[in-house]
Amino acid sequence: MVARTVTRPLFLEGTGGPGARADRVARRVFLACAALTGGTAAVVLGVLAVGAAQFFAEAPAGGFFAGTTWAPFAEEPRFGVWPLVAATSRITIGAILVAAPLGLLSAVYLQHYAGRRTGAVVAAAVAALASVPTVVFGYVALNAATPLLRLVWPGAEAFNGASATLVVGLMIAPTVAFLGREALAAVPPAYFHAGMALGASRGRVVALVVAPAAARGIAAAVLLAMARAVGETMIVTMAAGSHAGLAWSPLEGVRTLTAFVAQTSLGDIAPDGPDFRAVAAVAALLFVVTYAMHAAGRALLARRPAGSAHP
Amino acid sequence: MLSADRLSVRFGSKTALADVSLDVPAQKIVSVIGRSACGKTTLLRAFNRTNEMIAGARTTGTARFHGTDLYGRTVDPVEVRRRIGMIFQRATPFPKSVFDNIAFGPRAGGFAGDLHELAEEVLTSAGLWADVAGDLDAPALALSAGQQQQLCIARTLAVRPDVLLMDEPTASLDPAATARIESLVHSLKATYTVVIATHDLSQAARLSDMTAFLDAGELVEYSPTATLFTNPRTRQAEEYVTGRTS
Repeated sequence: MVARTVTRPLFLEGTGGPGARADRVARRVFLACAALTGGTAAVVLGVLAVGAAQFFAEAPAGGFFAGTTWAPFAEEPRFGVWPLVAATSRITIGAILVAAPLGLLSAVYLQHYAGRRTGAVVAAAVAALASVPTVVFGYVALNAATPLLRLVWPGAEAFNGASATLVVGLMIAPTVAFLGREALAAVPPAYFHAGMALGASRGRVVALVVAPAAARGIAAAVLLAMARAVGETMIVTMAAGSHAGLAWSPLEGVRTLTAFVAQTSLGDIAPDGPDFRAVAAVAALLFVVTYAMHAAGRALLARRPAGSAHP
Repeated sequence: MLSADRLSVRFGSKTALADVSLDVPAQKIVSVIGRSACGKTTLLRAFNRTNEMIAGARTTGTARFHGTDLYGRTVDPVEVRRRIGMIFQRATPFPKSVFDNIAFGPRAGGFAGDLHELAEEVLTSAGLWADVAGDLDAPALALSAGQQQQLCIARTLAVRPDVLLMDEPTASLDPAATARIESLVHSLKATYTVVIATHDLSQAARLSDMTAFLDAGELVEYSPTATLFTNPRTRQAEEYVTGRTS
């Protein structure tokens, strides 16, 4: 090796040098990208807000939130959003009842029981489930879940809430599993070791020490998965039906907030017509709900897990 | 009562403990000394089968407790850990109340007696009763570092083990707390057999009856503490205890 003794000036007067110039260009490109993203959100929200404002100028908000009949395009239009909200709530709660046990137990298995090799295989399988396009899930709900459901309950309608609920639950289970596993992994391993060293079984240590210490992260996992269920559109549009009634039986068809938006938007709607305003109002409501759930989930994640000061 | 016979532990391809054989007599304090990463912790963990919670760990040779092979096919590792308790270098109270920390082990073992009585007994043994008696529902993490370690000792005593394995229990404590834990360990000798890993040679000299010197996973010398510190049999031990280490 020949020692290199090239000397060059440290600073170029005025410009800050070519490195600084490259940084400035890069900074502008990144800013433009960020601005485009944020700007898009602003435009979308603005359109929704204007549409919703027009909607509420015509239809009283009280009737919207408390009304039990949703018939926006009838001769005497009724704008009670409750049937859509009820359908969305039911499918979301049902789906999380499927996904939470499935996902959390998978998370516990992956984090505390699985060997290295089987763990990798199971994690890959869960990841595969997470990467299934929702339209495929919709197809499964319509052509697999519903026929199976009809074997047990022959009276089930072709479009029904139950099969959509089940399949939405399967769809969000990986979200619960992966976020739940992260929450468990964030718990200081010392807790696990100390619990085991006190002569408790693995299950007991996980249930009574690790899981409570991960409670916030687990709650966030469930909440973020529920937000996905609320916003899930394709499965419910394909499999749950388009009847906006207050059906009590899960075997009947129901129409969710998202399905209404999707199904109505597929029709020929004018950007200044009543259809659009109804869609905008429902979409705005949907946005507020999912945004609140996301924000709550992120707030839970932002806080340090209990006792993390003692790793 | 507790013994190792050609005990080896490997983590993947790395040997952490190689062919260690020693006997721990009942109701004595045995200290394990040696440089960082010499296998002190691994030896302690081998005695209550907690190495196996680490992925890739493999233990060979035998470890016996009252003559029973701790790694025997019919031995339940959970039961091993109940009889042979472990205190860690850093205090690891659970993020629960003082009482729930104490109650965790006994509950896991199906303890049928009065948990409050037990809590008072073990907290007294650990010298913490006076500090926490007023509020057993206080969060354990609100205690000072030294008190947290005392709580961890009390929590382990609550399982009623025969042996206490202590892995550098004072390494992260200030001198006052260290002195408190040391006098506690000394008082425990009447009831328990204690194996304590320490990098503090004067602590080993003060506390223990027997001292084991480990180097690179091998047991170099195992002698009565007075012998090891004043008249060691091996040159390596002499160099280590006199500070003339290479």
